[in-house]
Amino acid sequence: MIIPVSSGGSGVPRAAANMDMKLGTFTEFSPDVALSVHALMLQARVFEERLIAMYKQGDGYFWVGGPGEEAFNIPLGLLVNKGQGLDHDFLHLHYRSAATLLAMGADPVDSLRQMKNTATDPYSRGRNFVGHASIRKWNVAPISSPIEVQFSIAIGTAEAQRKTKSKGITIVQGGDAGTAEGDFSTCLVWSSRKGSELPILILVANNKYGISTPYEGQHGEVCISDRGKAFKIRGATIDGNDPEVSWAAIGAAMHYVRTERKPFLLEAMVSRLHGHSSASGANFVKNEIDCIARFEHKLEERGLLTRAQMNEMRAHFTAELLEASKRVRKEPQPLPETIWDYVYADKNRREVN
Amino acid sequence: MATMIQAIRMALHVGEERLGVTDIFGQDVGPPLGGVFTGTQGLETAWNSPLDERGIIGMAIGLALAGRKPIAEIQFCDYAFNSIDMLKIAGNTYWASAGDWNVPLVMMTPVGAGIRGSIYHSHSFDAQATRIPGWKIVMPSNPRDAYGLMLSAIVDPNPVMFLEPKALLRVKGRDGEEIPGEPGDPKALSKMIDAPLGDRSAWKPAWPKLEEYYVSIGKARVARAGKDVTVLTYGRNVPMCLAAAGELAKDGIDAEIIDLRSLYPYDWPAIKDSVRKTHRVLCVNEDTEITNFGEHLIRRIIEELFYELHAPPKLLAGAHLPGVGLADALERATIPQTSGIKAAIDTLARHQP
Ligand SMILES: Cc1ncc(C[n+]2csc(CCOP(=O)(O)OP(=O)(O)O)c2C)c(N)n1
Ligand SMILES: [Mg+2]
Repeated sequence: MIIPVSSGGSGVPRAAANMDMKLGTFTEFSPDVALSVHALMLQARVFEERLIAMYKQGDGYFWVGGPGEEAFNIPLGLLVNKGQGLDHDFLHLHYRSAATLLAMGADPVDSLRQMKNTATDPYSRGRNFVGHASIRKWNVAPISSPIEVQFSIAIGTAEAQRKTKSKGITIVQGGDAGTAEGDFSTCLVWSSRKGSELPILILVANNKYGISTPYEGQHGEVCISDRGKAFKIRGATIDGNDPEVSWAAIGAAMHYVRTERKPFLLEAMVSRLHGHSSASGANFVKNEIDCIARFEHKLEERGLLTRAQMNEMRAHFTAELLEASKRVRKEPQPLPETIWDYVYADKNRREVN
Repeated sequence: MATMIQAIRMALHVGEERLGVTDIFGQDVGPPLGGVFTGTQGLETAWNSPLDERGIIGMAIGLALAGRKPIAEIQFCDYAFNSIDMLKIAGNTYWASAGDWNVPLVMMTPVGAGIRGSIYHSHSFDAQATRIPGWKIVMPSNPRDAYGLMLSAIVDPNPVMFLEPKALLRVKGRDGEEIPGEPGDPKALSKMIDAPLGDRSAWKPAWPKLEEYYVSIGKARVARAGKDVTVLTYGRNVPMCLAAAGELAKDGIDAEIIDLRSLYPYDWPAIKDSVRKTHRVLCVNEDTEITNFGEHLIRRIIEELFYELHAPPKLLAGAHLPGVGLADALERATIPQTSGIKAAIDTLARHQP
């Protein structure tokens, strides 16, 4: 069966058309899967809200994150073949990927630490913005700020997996506006060379904005997943605001990449629920689909959870993270001399000439 | 006696045979050509990449993250400028991830003038390269150093940039500069490892039994000992400075030529010792003179060795022009020449405080 393109006016473009392929069999989540996906989505959302609150209270200089991408990113994190080395999946994510990492089992408190730039921040020791994780033990490459560069780097881990005939695949994710960068084309070109196709899942989270610039006006292609067509890269555009659609699509696309060892381009229409970043205020925007509200409505309808239960869960997560942020506030800031640490892998201190 | 390009090729062979090199790639690097300067002929792991410099560096980063040992070639450094973002990422990944991921890759690229390369085959890259922290940067001036520096670059756990002075690539080593294991007769060596003209599909090189020989990164070489003037230089300018010093010796001026070999980390103890001995310094390189690496050396010499100096330090570098013109007269007027080097050493030697 073909994935339903849209279950409720999600803004999937006309050509969601690019659903000319069988992208797995869409099935409703079983109750326990529905409940655990929901719990993770909610936790991820509350976590972003905590980060935004930290920013607003002066416990951090900058916020960027992924509220509005949970319905796509939680299934993604749950479907990853997690681990270190070529037989596991490599992830080249973007600054809205915290939910994916949460679903993989990352401790959200570590992101609070990065928010507060503490010495205990395991991802960058107080060097980088929140949302810029690095988890080598799970093949999560460092997330860096320049848009789209991960698409040029991901081809390298995918090439290593191709050459060694390993079991793992490479997953790379970015936004819609960034696909205008040459690195996106690089990824399409290098992953589709005849006879050397790469086992790479190319993901685009299309929130229809690059900071303030609307998608309309910057794109001639009908949908971004069409970009793969000239390269015979299979693709689809899906409603990323629906976790069941997302799960089925990611699962099917991953299965294709894992078994065919060829690239797949999956575009997910998502929301950007707190604007671009703290630079634009980070306030909740009311005119976009809230994937959690929508999913919770379904869960209620299916009789899996009551409003009261969900409110209670939310309150519980909120209290938990509030407590954690208070603890993180007391953790030490990095010492100035640590700027010289980790410049070179053979010496962890400054070159002494 | 090998040429520098043969020395590089032999080092790459040793790298893939014994030191874990897995991928040697770039534009025209694989068969049939084996590199526009023949540097990668006959290598087992050499392959042709798309014509995409950003992709080449990104691919190298990804391969390195995946645990392979890549050597990426940028065909001419003139075309590395569109990949500076990726070079920055290679340099900052270990630091940004606070030691989580190191990036052990080698980038090699021909640099500088001297082959009548006009505007886009004469660029230097040393000023640019030394502005990208996190890299080690080396530049040989003779075949044996090229061999030894390449082996050191290969086993280094950091990104290492190997700048090839293109005017010296076809120059043979001098007596005493043999590569351990190479046949003494250049014709015999050529027969063994240079690809034949015409159809090469059945050709395989017969590699000599090469020994490993390492030139430590960060160690300069006194190319000519002298007591009157210190000349700090590297790459193509080393033989020019030696020629100038040879002529000046007839006039009783005894210049010390320091071949830095490593631009970062550079050998400050060697520089200091020499300046303390001669009290006069000339820096020579081909890059444009504004924000030039020699300026940095002079700044540090002034700050740390001011009272040792008997003359104002001098920089002889490329003119601050948009390019190097094709006609002989234009190139000569733009890039340091032996006559100018000689005059500069002479002036410094005669300067009275
Ligand atoms: C190479 C580069 N150019 C510009 C920026 C500044 N910038 C940060 S986010 C952004 C918009 C990205 O839009 P999109 O790719 O759609 O991702 P989104 O933020 O919408 O998820 C820009 C221009 C950057 N970080 N990197
Ligand atoms: Mg966007």
